[in-house]
Amino acid sequence: MSPQLPSPAPPVNPETEAFWSATTRGTLLLKGCRACHVIHWYPRSMCPACGSFDTEWIEASGRGTVYSFTIVRRGAPLAYAEATPYVVAHVELEEGPRIMSNIVDCQPERISVGDHVEVLFHPTGKSSALPRFRPAPASPAPAAAGDRGAHR
Amino acid sequence: VSIRGTAFIAGAFEHPARVIPDKPVAQVHAEVAAGALADAGLTFADVDAYFCDASAPGLGPMSMAEYLGLAVRHVDSTETGGASYIDHVGHAAAAIAAGSCSIALITMADLPRQPRAGFAGATLEWPEHAFEDVFGPTIPALYAMAARRHMHEFGTTSEQLAAIKVAAAHHARYNEHALLRDPVTIDDVVNSPMIADPLHRLDCCVVTDGGGALVVVSAEVARALSRHCVEVMGQASWLKHSGHGRVDLTLTAAARSGPLAFAQAGVTPADVDYVSIYDSFTITVLETIEDLGFCEKGRGGGFVADGALLSPHGALPCNTDGGSLCNNHPGNRGGMIRVIEAVRQLRREAHPELQVPDCAIALAHGTGGSISTRSVGSTLILGRGDS
Repeated sequence: MSPQLPSPAPPVNPETEAFWSATTRGTLLLKGCRACHVIHWYPRSMCPACGSFDTEWIEASGRGTVYSFTIVRRGAPLAYAEATPYVVAHVELEEGPRIMSNIVDCQPERISVGDHVEVLFHPTGKSSALPRFRPAPASPAPAAAGDRGAHR
Repeated sequence: VSIRGTAFIAGAFEHPARVIPDKPVAQVHAEVAAGALADAGLTFADVDAYFCDASAPGLGPMSMAEYLGLAVRHVDSTETGGASYIDHVGHAAAAIAAGSCSIALITMADLPRQPRAGFAGATLEWPEHAFEDVFGPTIPALYAMAARRHMHEFGTTSEQLAAIKVAAAHHARYNEHALLRDPVTIDDVVNSPMIADPLHRLDCCVVTDGGGALVVVSAEVARALSRHCVEVMGQASWLKHSGHGRVDLTLTAAARSGPLAFAQAGVTPADVDYVSIYDSFTITVLETIEDLGFCEKGRGGGFVADGALLSPHGALPCNTDGGSLCNNHPGNRGGMIRVIEAVRQLRREAHPELQVPDCAIALAHGTGGSISTRSVGSTLILGRGDS
C-alpha cells in the first residue's frame, strides 16, 4: 500500500465553493445542464457544451473506470516531492466525464486501464477534500437513466 | 484566402548555445534576430512587423520592439506554447497577403536552465488549476498517460517509442551544436530511468537555453534578395481541449490542423519529402505523424520501428538536427527550431549525410500545451520555392 499522498488545498472561488464544500461531506458533485443535459467537467457556471448558464449541481455515483494512468517517479512538484512513486490518472466517471485524480490504496504496478475504481476523499485541512480513487469491484448494472434525472 | 505564393521565409537562425549563464533573455532575442536578418541579407531598419510569444520579456511585443529598435506597423503576440512560432509564420504570411507588412521578424528565446523568478503564482487563477494541479501531475506524466492509452488501444510498445529517440540521436551525431550527440540504442532508452510510466528519461526532450528567429517576407522582397527563400505554402492550427470533460488521449490537434494546411498548400502527405515534428516526448511524434496522415492511426509504432524517421533513406525523414529529444529545446518550446531545420532542408543546407535529396516540400508541426489536457497543433507546409 502506498502511504497517504499529500493533499494540497485547491484555490476556492464563488464558482467552485459548492463543489469543494461537498467534498468535505464525502460527496462528489458534477455540473449538469438543464438546457442540453450534458454533464461537464471541470464544474463551471456555464455549460461548455451549449453555452447555457442554466446549470445545476448533481451528485455523482463516485464510481468509474481508469481511462489512463501513469506512475510519477521523478520530477514531482514540490508538494509531492516526498510522495513518489504515486499514480496520476484520468478516471472516466459513470456519468461520462473523464477527470484527473490519483489512484490510491493499491500497488501502482497492479493498476490497468479499464480497472473499476471508486471515489474517496482526503481532507486538505482547509474546508476542502481531494476526490481520489481506489480499486473497487465492478459496478452494479447502471441504473435506468430516469433514476438519476435526464442528464447524459 | 490562400497565402500561397505571397510569403517566403528569407532568414532563419538558431542560437548556437545550449547553456547561457551570462545573458538576459532580451539579449538572446536580439542575437537571434540579428542572426536571422543577416541570413536574409536584411537589417533591423528593414523590419516592418514583429512577432513574439508571451515568454518574451516585458509588456508583450512592445518591450522587445523597443529593445530591438524596430519601427513596425504590424505586431502579433499569439501565444500557443510550442506551436506559437508556426502560428506566427502563418499569421505573418496572412498579414503580408493583406498588405499590412512586407518584412516580418519572429523571435523566441528563453533560459530555463538558469535560476530566476518565475510567475508560478499566476497559475492559481487558471480555471483548471484546482481540478488538476492538486493531484501532482508533471508534464511527463501528462504525456505518459497519452502513451499508456495509445499502448492500450493499439498495442504500441516502449521499444517502438524508443525508435523515435534512436533516430533523433542518429541525426544529432552530425550536429556540432546538439546538446546530446552520443549514439543511443533501443535498449538504452528502455533501460533508462522511468520518469512517468511508460515514459523513460530518454523518451523525454532536453531542456536548453537559447532561441531562434525567422524572417518572413513578401514575394516582391524575396525576389530582390540574393538569399534562397522558401515558400510558405500553407499553415493552419487547431485548438483541441477536453470538450466538456471527455479528453481523447490518442488524438491530437494535428488531425485537424494537418488536413487544413494540406488543403491550403494543395499537396498531400505523400508529396512531403521531410518533416520537422515537435518531439517534446517520443509519444508526441508518434501521435502527430499518425494524425497528419503519414501512416494509419494506431500503426505509428510499427512505422517508426521500421526506421521511417531516419534520413535520408527512411520513409519519412524527420528532425535531422536531432530534434528536441537531442539537439535543442529552448524555453521548453519546440516550434521555432522545427521550422528552422525545415528551412535548412529546403535550402539543401542540412548536414550532407542527412540532406534529403531534391527536398522540395517540407512540413513543420508544433504542439503547444499538453496532449493530455488542452493543446494547439499548428502545421506549416513549406516549398523549395524554385518556381
